[in-house]
Amino acid sequence: MKSLEELKAIREKMQGQIGIRSESSDQTRVIVGMATCGIASGARPVLTALSDAIQTKGLTNVSVTQTGCIGLCQYEPIVEVLEPGKDKVTYVKMTPEKALEVVEQHLIHGQAVKKYTISEILG
Amino acid sequence: MMTELSLNVLDVANNSIRAGADLIEIIVQIQRELDTLTITIADNGCGMTKEQLQKVEDPFFTTRTTRKIGLGVPFFKMAALSTGGTFRIVSTVGVGTTVIAQFKLSHIDRMPLGDMNSTIHTLITLNTQINFVYTYQFDCNQFTLNTREFREILNDVPLNSPEVSEYIKEFLEENQNETDGGYLV
Repeated sequence: MKSLEELKAIREKMQGQIGIRSESSDQTRVIVGMATCGIASGARPVLTALSDAIQTKGLTNVSVTQTGCIGLCQYEPIVEVLEPGKDKVTYVKMTPEKALEVVEQHLIHGQAVKKYTISEILG
Repeated sequence: MMTELSLNVLDVANNSIRAGADLIEIIVQIQRELDTLTITIADNGCGMTKEQLQKVEDPFFTTRTTRKIGLGVPFFKMAALSTGGTFRIVSTVGVGTTVIAQFKLSHIDRMPLGDMNSTIHTLITLNTQINFVYTYQFDCNQFTLNTREFREILNDVPLNSPEVSEYIKEFLEENQNETDGGYLV
């Protein structure tokens, strides 16, 4: 049984750092569609891959959130990336592997992965 | 159609979130002697009127405006009934909604439970404003994760901070293993 003592240790370690992590205006938001259509198409592993990669790469300026159905069910799983001061980028038919590419190229190096965007796939 | 029951749970729990719940209880019970798998999702959200309740199992009913079809509840119901199981929703306006799906454990058409821990972890870390109580029962063993207990210890440290998120993942995995000894449900 995992003990709650470990959680206490985490709190003690983290309490001093909380101010630093607070939301700032240069926060990038990654939004995953998690309605029935998204979940049925595989959104949960995509979301897990994104959160895990963002965590291991230490991207503290990126937050992951979920949204409902945006009416493009046939293109799920859909991931939107909103960077401050830039146009929204919508990735469609995502997989955990594609999500890792997006983390590496888009979130870390600032280059959207064009081949997975909706504008590219719709032609 | 969902490939594992844990995805149905994630989907149906999202209805509770949209219903404005701030407490969601999820119970997974495996009773081999009775040959049953029972999944309960109970919330304290806005609840439904009698009319809504009658319609909610109909795929052509949804409260959403982005599309006209709501498949979350019908999928879950179909998954249960196709194993010779049962499906029930109890709801009261202003009190909340409880969904109970019971499956025949050994039925060939029962979908695998799948990665419940991933569903619970996703729900907790993406909805930090909501409290979750998750109970996993396997025959006579069980464990419970209660985010209110976590919060009491954590004070202001958020449940989705990397260290806590990792802790929750490990908490779920270790306890599930101790409860079911790695039995593939």
